[in-house]
Amino acid sequence: MITLAHFVGLSFVLFTIGVVGVLVRRNLLTVLMSIELMLNAVNINLVAFSRQLGDLTGQVFSVFVIAVAAGEAAIGLAIIISLYRLKTSVNLDDAAEMKG
Amino acid sequence: MEPALFFFWAFAAVTVVGAVGVVVMRQPIHSALFLLMSFLGVACLYVQAGAELVAAVQILVYAGGIMILFLYTIMLVNVRRQRTERYLHFQAIPALGFGFLFLLVVGGVVVNEARALAAKVPAADPKALATTVIDGVTVLGNTQAVGWMLYRDYFLPFEIASVFLLVAMIGAVVLGKRTMERFD
Repeated sequence: MITLAHFVGLSFVLFTIGVVGVLVRRNLLTVLMSIELMLNAVNINLVAFSRQLGDLTGQVFSVFVIAVAAGEAAIGLAIIISLYRLKTSVNLDDAAEMKG
Repeated sequence: MEPALFFFWAFAAVTVVGAVGVVVMRQPIHSALFLLMSFLGVACLYVQAGAELVAAVQILVYAGGIMILFLYTIMLVNVRRQRTERYLHFQAIPALGFGFLFLLVVGGVVVNEARALAAKVPAADPKALATTVIDGVTVLGNTQAVGWMLYRDYFLPFEIASVFLLVAMIGAVVLGKRTMERFD
């Protein structure tokens, strides 16, 4: 039987992969993809708890999370394109103007 | 092993392999394709958890919309001409160590708590979840039940989300359109 712990464990693994991706990668596109992985992990948790508790609120909120993820991806990618115009690079290390 | 559990592990494997591929692949286009694989795996898991509407939205919005945005951006920034990223950044080893510890310690605690909760609160019947009676009307199916809740109990957040999407769209257009002179 699939239990709550299965879903929560999987979502935790996915979240950790996302965190490590954000920390390790220097390519802005891949960093944004890792953020999407973390949002997906959160959604798995919401749906799993909704299933366990018999309350649809979790599914409603995971739809909201998906909407926010869509907006975040649109803005993030527009920022990447602006940065590319400015620097002809999408490497995070090239955007170091604020470094002290 | 019962079939449901077998499929759970299969979808979980697809999801995790896709996620690892996103982080490991050097070319962003390969990362994007692995990301698609991960999204589809997650959608299958939603179906298994009885959230058919969320699964459909996941495929439409993530695998359809966000994926296309990523592919367009990869095309526009001409990644092949980029200087190749140093594979093992100095941050990589502490980050991997942190990830491992995070997974082991916090993950262990969270999974144990989930197990304790599942033992205390028995899982709800999925059929009862999909056929609730709201105001004397029998709601049939997950999509109708979630839609009912979305428009009735969460109407204001729903409208705010639509305004948010409009703002995001205008912001993306403005950011993408403006020509900026180079500093360097």
